[in-house]
Amino acid sequence: MIMNTADQDKNPVLALQGIKKHFGGVKALDGVTLNLYAGQVVALVGENGAGKSTAVKIMTGIFRPDAGTILINGEAVSLHSTQDAWKNGVTAVHQETVMFDDLSVAENIFMGHLENRRGGLLDWAGMNRRAAQILLELESDIRADMLLNNLSVAQKHMVEIARALSHDSKVVIMDEPTAALSQQEIQELYKIIRRLQAAGKAILYISHKFDEIFAIADRYTVFRDGCFVGEGRIADVNEDELVRLMVGRSVRQLFPKPTVTIGGPVLEVQGLGNDREFEDISFTLHKGEVLGFYGLVGAGRTELMEALFGLKPVTHGAILRNGTPMAHGSPRAVIDQGIVYVPEDRQHSGVILPMSIRNNLTLPSIRALATGIFLNNAKEKALSQQFRERLSIKCANLDQKVSDLSGGNQQKVVIGKWLATRPDIIVLDEPTKGIDVGSKSAVHAFIGDLVKQGLSVIMVSSELPEVMGMADRIIVMHQGRIARSFDRATFSAEAIVAAATGLFARSSQEGAHAQTSSAA
Amino acid sequence: MRRLLQRRENQLAAIIILVVGLITLRAPVFLSMGSIDTIMTDGAILTMMALVQMLAILTRGIDLSVSANMALTGMVVALLSKDHPEMAVTATIVLALGLGLLLGAINGVMIAYVGIPPIVVTLGTMSIYRGLVFQVSGGAWVNAQQMGSAFIAFPTTRLLGLTAIVWIAAVMVAAIYLFLNHVRKGRELYALGGNPTAARYVGINNTHNQMLVYSLIGLVSGLCGYLWVARYAVAYTEIALGFELQTVAACVIGGVSMAGGRGTVLGCVLGSVFLVIIFNALPIINVSPFWQLAISGAVILAAVVLNSRSERSKGKLILKSAQLAAVRGTA
Repeated sequence: MIMNTADQDKNPVLALQGIKKHFGGVKALDGVTLNLYAGQVVALVGENGAGKSTAVKIMTGIFRPDAGTILINGEAVSLHSTQDAWKNGVTAVHQETVMFDDLSVAENIFMGHLENRRGGLLDWAGMNRRAAQILLELESDIRADMLLNNLSVAQKHMVEIARALSHDSKVVIMDEPTAALSQQEIQELYKIIRRLQAAGKAILYISHKFDEIFAIADRYTVFRDGCFVGEGRIADVNEDELVRLMVGRSVRQLFPKPTVTIGGPVLEVQGLGNDREFEDISFTLHKGEVLGFYGLVGAGRTELMEALFGLKPVTHGAILRNGTPMAHGSPRAVIDQGIVYVPEDRQHSGVILPMSIRNNLTLPSIRALATGIFLNNAKEKALSQQFRERLSIKCANLDQKVSDLSGGNQQKVVIGKWLATRPDIIVLDEPTKGIDVGSKSAVHAFIGDLVKQGLSVIMVSSELPEVMGMADRIIVMHQGRIARSFDRATFSAEAIVAAATGLFARSSQEGAHAQTSSAA
Repeated sequence: MRRLLQRRENQLAAIIILVVGLITLRAPVFLSMGSIDTIMTDGAILTMMALVQMLAILTRGIDLSVSANMALTGMVVALLSKDHPEMAVTATIVLALGLGLLLGAINGVMIAYVGIPPIVVTLGTMSIYRGLVFQVSGGAWVNAQQMGSAFIAFPTTRLLGLTAIVWIAAVMVAAIYLFLNHVRKGRELYALGGNPTAARYVGINNTHNQMLVYSLIGLVSGLCGYLWVARYAVAYTEIALGFELQTVAACVIGGVSMAGGRGTVLGCVLGSVFLVIIFNALPIINVSPFWQLAISGAVILAAVVLNSRSERSKGKLILKSAQLAAVRGTA
């Protein structure tokens, strides 16, 4: 089916017109346009925070727009709930896996539209059969009666896709469906998308990965900072043009990585494992080094860092701090060793939102600020003021609640509160996830400052340009193991991505060599 | 065998058999027909109330006003029976159900529509309903002589050897099992408690479900209020004082997760049976009433510890070998 000029004349199955959405004082969407056509894949591109996920939630009835219209087959509709969206033939695979761990696969697929037998009781046999059939179509080996808890991250994602397909839908939205998938699974997903396309469904495909967009999409739509920037046929653009639309300027993102002389080892990890999430983890961190950890979502990087920080049990292996075995039973013990962990999910594990900026900043250093059992307010004020200036946190005053700050400034508070403990090693888990470009480069510059001051940094990131720009070495994890490690001189985007998706993991000689050298 | 013992319900059943065995060794009378009959009749009300309490806990809530609801409804129907001794039992039951439903619906509105946390709402209504018992009765007792004879006789009327109260409980166990496992709304309660965000994404309406849950609890509390007053043939202000904690304890012992989203009808019933056995057995083996309280408290704490240990997250499955093990485990 080749569409040339016909594209513009054809009526979209689903169209957003002038959609606006505010959250408090933050403008998430400011009059966006989006058109989806039957039998076509539209790629929605834009940076983190461009408003893509908000648009998805509006199309699926989870959020209601403040202004603008949603047209389905040319008719204005208002979607009050997910059920409304389903009735209008709109389904979605959401970015975060939103599923029920204690329920079965079949139940996860049908939750919200569980099917009844005649008589009003649930049709378990029928639902199990249909779930099995959908999973079979997806060429997945997941059984419908399995408990979701027993599935891996990638398998859970497959169940989410199955859930979207369980509806008789006209529009299928996929919000970063490949984040947790391996290369082979991505190819399977392409096949599914082509089949949906052939069946005349309109598909909205959201991804950060340009190779995927050019491989699968017919059209593109670009959002930037909540605004519609442009749309067109994929065949008419190249990567550079798309990037320019996305960021508003043609930039090679600059990473201010200063050259720092790397010192001796400060942290050695030997054969760490917990039988479930990661195994055979060995690496060495040196003074003044930025060590990048790259991998797919669910590769076990966060779990490994949580174990290092004493938040998760470790069943075997050893951690040496400056050459001597280190206690890592609790976060307190690890903090005392001069190691801090800035978690990925800052809203849940990074800051205490309803508390003031000052109290958040001083929370981990509270011991040093106390005289006997009483807190020394003067010291607390001085310390928090110092970090407000050092990190240039934008706020009215330090007694403001953290929940009032923007994402970028919240992230500064998280990093600041840990720096206040004067650590030697700082572990940053996805430090720039979901923050705007400006804050991003501030965080990068800041990482540069840290290593210049002699700190060592472990940076977990899923953004390849970021790790490649900032890290001295990159360790790539795949399914809970170290797949390969790279020195700065040998960085290659293709090789790193291949290792992360499990292609020639552990088999190539180079990979084996890199492993032994990193363990040494 | 090990697989069999991994299930919470099986563990609990094994413990119950063990406890009953030990008690019978000390006091063989415990396993007599009369004693079993008493335990079943006593256990019926706790089982029913624990089951509805489980509905609240499944949705990450709790209802502390259940016993006050029972006391108020029980007192009101007792007073009516005093004034109209010839009133039909069906009328009494309908009245008890209606009043209980009203009291539960008040909780439901405050929780679902006004948006106050369940523990706060039901803590408040617990005191209000209990205070109303005093107001309607003037603090006086209604004793057996003052109640109608049919009113008192109904709960212990026998059908096929079992008391009516046991039959009602049996029907309710079956109904709630059917509701939670084979009705759409029932499954939605698990979804809501397990992951409220995900529930919202699939369009499950928390407001309606909470209203439903607390109304149902009220309905059953009202019925149990009548059954309680008639069974013990006396109504006074302090009826069922502290009973709400027993219903919560039965749930916890039965493996219902206080974090929501996890719990089975079988577990809940076994938890109630276990508690009733402990309460009935301790006097038989001559444990002093003061120790009885301490022992039952210790049992509840032990159950909470066991629960929280089994709930501790084992971590995600990332390693291939761990995935394979999990698949084999469920096969």
